Amino acid sequence: MDGFIQFFEDYQLLIYLLVFTIILGFEVISKVPTVLHTPLMSGANAISGVVVIGGILLVRQAEAGDYFSLGLGLFGIIMGMVNATGGFAVTDRMLEMFKKKKKK
Amino acid sequence: MDIKFLTDIGFLLGSVGFVWGLKRLSSPDTARRGNMIASIGMGLAILSIIFAPLDKGDNNYAWVVGGLAVGAIIGYFMAMKVKMTAMPQMVSIFNGLGGACAVLIGMVELRHFYSGASTMTGGQIAISLSALLIGGIAFTGSMLAWFKLEDWLRDNSLILPKHSVFNMALLVVILAMGIYIYVQNVEAGMGLAVIFMILALLYGVSFVVPIGGADMPVVISLLNSFSGLSAASAGLIYGNNFMLVGGILVGASGTILTVLMCEAMNRSLLNVLIGGFGGSSAASKGASGDQVVKEVTLNDAAIQLFYSNSVMIVPGYGLAVAQAQKVCKEIDDLLESNGVDVKYAIHPVAGRMPGHMNVLLAEADVPYPKLLDLEDANAALKNTDIVVVVGANDVVNPSALDDPGSPIYGMPVLQVWDAKNTIVLKRSMNPGYAGIQNPLFFLEKTRMLFGDAKDTLSKLVTEIKNL
Repeated sequence: MDGFIQFFEDYQLLIYLLVFTIILGFEVISKVPTVLHTPLMSGANAISGVVVIGGILLVRQAEAGDYFSLGLGLFGIIMGMVNATGGFAVTDRMLEMFKKKKKK
Repeated sequence: MDIKFLTDIGFLLGSVGFVWGLKRLSSPDTARRGNMIASIGMGLAILSIIFAPLDKGDNNYAWVVGGLAVGAIIGYFMAMKVKMTAMPQMVSIFNGLGGACAVLIGMVELRHFYSGASTMTGGQIAISLSALLIGGIAFTGSMLAWFKLEDWLRDNSLILPKHSVFNMALLVVILAMGIYIYVQNVEAGMGLAVIFMILALLYGVSFVVPIGGADMPVVISLLNSFSGLSAASAGLIYGNNFMLVGGILVGASGTILTVLMCEAMNRSLLNVLIGGFGGSSAASKGASGDQVVKEVTLNDAAIQLFYSNSVMIVPGYGLAVAQAQKVCKEIDDLLESNGVDVKYAIHPVAGRMPGHMNVLLAEADVPYPKLLDLEDANAALKNTDIVVVVGANDVVNPSALDDPGSPIYGMPVLQVWDAKNTIVLKRSMNPGYAGIQNPLFFLEKTRMLFGDAKDTLSKLVTEIKNL
């Protein structure tokens, strides 16, 4: 229990951020029309590529000879980046199709 | 101005980009711009983390830039190559990769800790473990979902007897082990952490195993939410606000979609996770075998459609399987040219991911105002001359409304029987995913047209052109 209290005290600001982001997330996205379910999902999916930031941090913080960290970190960066780039690109492709038929 | 200040501002702007972008993603007119804004936010953050000054490490820029370049090229290539019918698979793969990345980060940081290279507070240990758990589930769960969507794996080929009991027990073991590792702190050692990770990966598989077919939209949304939460956990390990914000936003959007999908099936999440509709169908009255269906000839169907006032097309997974979206649009155009009002009725869980049908029809250039959601469609159906059901089944089953014995009783459905006539395109009389008979097919005003959806629709095109 002491650990938890300590954690809460140490990270209060982060916990506030966490709670308010949850609320914000639900508010921002709550009303999505059915048409956009897939693009929203794949766009959000691309955002979950933020994990690549962690990968970069990990590799940068490693020592030059630490091949365990470098190897796994490299793998992480690649996967995170595939997730982010691929996600945004495929969402754009989809939304382009949604767009061009407005001419009707 | 020092670099740290600039990179911190970069992160802040990046988070704003995410929120703003997501906001715009929820309206059709602004969605594309929204996606662009979110991707710029991501770009800013990546630049920021590359230049942010760190207090340890050798930077290893070659590794960083190499990884980014390889990942970006692969990701872009995949996104450009993928067929729209394969979108559910693509989303699953991306979900899985995000989760896997979080697992790797968790493992490396825990190894630093156990090898004495770094220190962690109890909170950080707990967070690393949760990154392993959530990321692991997102990774293997998504990979399995991908295999199922590609049909490389039969839906129920891996189900154990008492599978839900096994799942529950596994989860309890994992959580207990997590608590033990947390309490032991540095004494626990890397070995336990590795076992914990393996169990989490195993749980990802066993949790998706019993779920398949029409429940796929729920699973994919849920895994999407997990991949976000695992990114948020990884962010907490580093105390990186930006990762936290991004991850939580994804978690929220995935959760909202999961809830929407469950509501569209009138089932609780737990019920979906336990898997399958099975069991209660014995009491359903739809199963009596002596009813006969009435078929319609292509020529008749063509005439009926061409000379009607309004047509409602109800697409289902069969449309995706047969890749019939473009032929569908052809018929639409032919009918429109004769003054027929053609609309599409989209059930929220039609297909294998949220919004699956919308994407396919968008690919075929169907304008989105023609796609009606459940409520609008049901209102419009009362004044519709002919409904054409293309490869949908359970979402147009009247038992959901009037047969309390039916497993799908209570699920909101498209009430196609309100229309004057119904034509059902279907490969065979086999029941849909829920494994239950559909009384719609036996109604007086329903006509069946058997065959592959694309094939049948192309023949209809020819017939209509010959009129």
